[in-house]
Amino acid sequence: MVDELILRHRHASLSLPRRGLVAGLLAFALMLAVALLSLCMGHEWLSPGQVLAALAGRGEEEILFTVQTLRLPRVLMGIMVGAMLAVSGLVLQSLIRNPLASPDVTGVTGGASAAAVTFLMFFHGTLSIAFLPWFAIAGALVASLGLYLLAWNNGVSPMRLVLVGMGISAAMGAVTTFAIAASPLASTIGAYIWLTGSIYGAQWADVQALTPWCLLGLPMALGLIRHANAQELGDAVATGLGVRMHRTRLLLLLTSVLFAAPAVAYAGAVGFIGLIAPHIARRLAPRRFGALLPVSAATGAVILLLADLCGRTLFQPLDVPAGVFVSLVGAPFFLFLLYREAP
Amino acid sequence: MTATLRQDRTGAAVPGATPGPLRLCLVLSVLGLAVAFWANVAFGQYPIPPAAVWQAFLAPDPASVEQILVRTTRLPRAVIALLVGAALALSGVLMQTLTRNPLASPGIFGVNAGAVFAIVLATTFFTLQSQQQLVWLAFTGAAMAGGLVFALGSTRRDGLSPLRVVLAGVAITAFFTAFTQGMLVLGQEGLDSMLYWIAGSVANRPLEMVMPVLPYLGIAALVALLLAPHLDILLSGEEVARGLGQNVAALKVIICVTVVCLAGSAVAMAGNIGFVGLIVPHMVRVVTGNRHRWLLTLSALWGAILLLLADLLGRFLIAPQELPIGVVTALLGTPVFIQLARKGARHGG
Repeated sequence: MVDELILRHRHASLSLPRRGLVAGLLAFALMLAVALLSLCMGHEWLSPGQVLAALAGRGEEEILFTVQTLRLPRVLMGIMVGAMLAVSGLVLQSLIRNPLASPDVTGVTGGASAAAVTFLMFFHGTLSIAFLPWFAIAGALVASLGLYLLAWNNGVSPMRLVLVGMGISAAMGAVTTFAIAASPLASTIGAYIWLTGSIYGAQWADVQALTPWCLLGLPMALGLIRHANAQELGDAVATGLGVRMHRTRLLLLLTSVLFAAPAVAYAGAVGFIGLIAPHIARRLAPRRFGALLPVSAATGAVILLLADLCGRTLFQPLDVPAGVFVSLVGAPFFLFLLYREAP
Repeated sequence: MTATLRQDRTGAAVPGATPGPLRLCLVLSVLGLAVAFWANVAFGQYPIPPAAVWQAFLAPDPASVEQILVRTTRLPRAVIALLVGAALALSGVLMQTLTRNPLASPGIFGVNAGAVFAIVLATTFFTLQSQQQLVWLAFTGAAMAGGLVFALGSTRRDGLSPLRVVLAGVAITAFFTAFTQGMLVLGQEGLDSMLYWIAGSVANRPLEMVMPVLPYLGIAALVALLLAPHLDILLSGEEVARGLGQNVAALKVIICVTVVCLAGSAVAMAGNIGFVGLIVPHMVRVVTGNRHRWLLTLSALWGAILLLLADLLGRFLIAPQELPIGVVTALLGTPVFIQLARKGARHGG
């Protein structure tokens, strides 16, 4: 085929759709541009030249501090959290074959944040903070397995899954508020971050803690590309193509959780990114899991970076959680999808 | 007109108990409400003996700590819980009948979130002159969100399926809640007001809060009860209702206005308390079937009882702290919601 770029090796072969490659590169470039803009804008404007110099380690002490210690970790967190949530949403949408699915709609985010808040409120003093992502993952797993069991009825009907997911989200939200209200410390700041989702006050320690999770999920997602593509064709076709459906579904669910939960653990429940990003990606790239994966990730990163940028520049000196802006765009988009997809 | 109605009501084979047991049920519910109200006033971090509760009204003694506690803290709280519970349950019945959607309720369709949004918006950017304005703001917000969901559900010729309307309601809730959270952060009002408006609470509200709301609430509740025979007919289908001489369009408008008044009043008093409007009508329907005279009356009573008990539970679950009442109702209500969603998806798709 003309529009495919085929790489062959003795052990592996890879066919890259040219359009997907172009879209991926464009999205990636856009992400870098927005990241640079985020580094420039803030309490005081820095020129791109100053920022690039500071990134290379040159320039005045003050600018170095602003860029390297204050803004860079925040931007990196924004990229990772946005990308992870977007990929999680893409995997879920492919798994459920439903464009309305996303980690927050299905309660995965809710479970992760309920567990994370419980950890922060009750075990923070006694256990190391390194356990936080584990708690979040456990919570997300419990929520998603509960969802799967409750929504299962000779197959999962998409609407039913989303509705049951809404119920689980509501329950998890109640648990989260419960934990905040019941905590002996009642750390208000922490609660704020959890209620809306924000990358406010990100530090290098957070970046270091989140990176392994980001890298861990990557091979899983890449390994699942083939199965995900076949899986989207329907159970019967996929089985005919030699996909072991139950195993694939479980692995996809696990991948989705592995991406969403650590992101939620460090940034709180940022809603709607997992929903919007894959949709935008589908407009840009061909409908193939392998092409959608990087484009969704870059789009998710761009959305979160822009939301965070709005949050910290529009209402200075106040810092509005990024989750607010994402929801303001995401909720109408969800309505639009709902309206368009209606039978 | 009335003759046709009566015939219709007695002639139709409606499920549920006969009037005799229903009257008994009504009496028991009123008694239950009295007990729940008394328990709400008497129990808490500082238990108050029953005698002191009565004496607070019969023989006021300004020096008694117990009596002051009853009059200033416990009583307003119980009154608000009672009114809010009744209002939410009534609006739940009306919405479920109007939309023929078992999942309809002010919390899920975003009506509460819209009211909260309007109140928080106004209090953040303007100074309110009176409680009266707060009430009208709540009505405006509730009408806005309710209208949005209603429009989404009916703009297509075939309408969105009931389940999709629910999803639209949830998205609208998320939208308004995001706005509200953003403004609360901007106003830096602290976690208390955040929990108060978004999670709903009946604690620490003076009795003066109730007075401006009461007339609207009372009239709306009365209208709801008077609508009962018309609701029975509406439920048997719009064509049937039209054929029986009902002005369906006018009826729908009256129902919408009543819902907005009921839900808006509830939010103005206690913030966004979810799931009461959803689960209470379903519980009552098991007993009464779809006869709205009974359904509405018992729903109001049971809603009040539910909130009084939920408030009481919230005081003890994590003592010495208090759990916002909205969290308690959400914990009680989500299993019911999930069960309804599973059932509904089997029919609706």
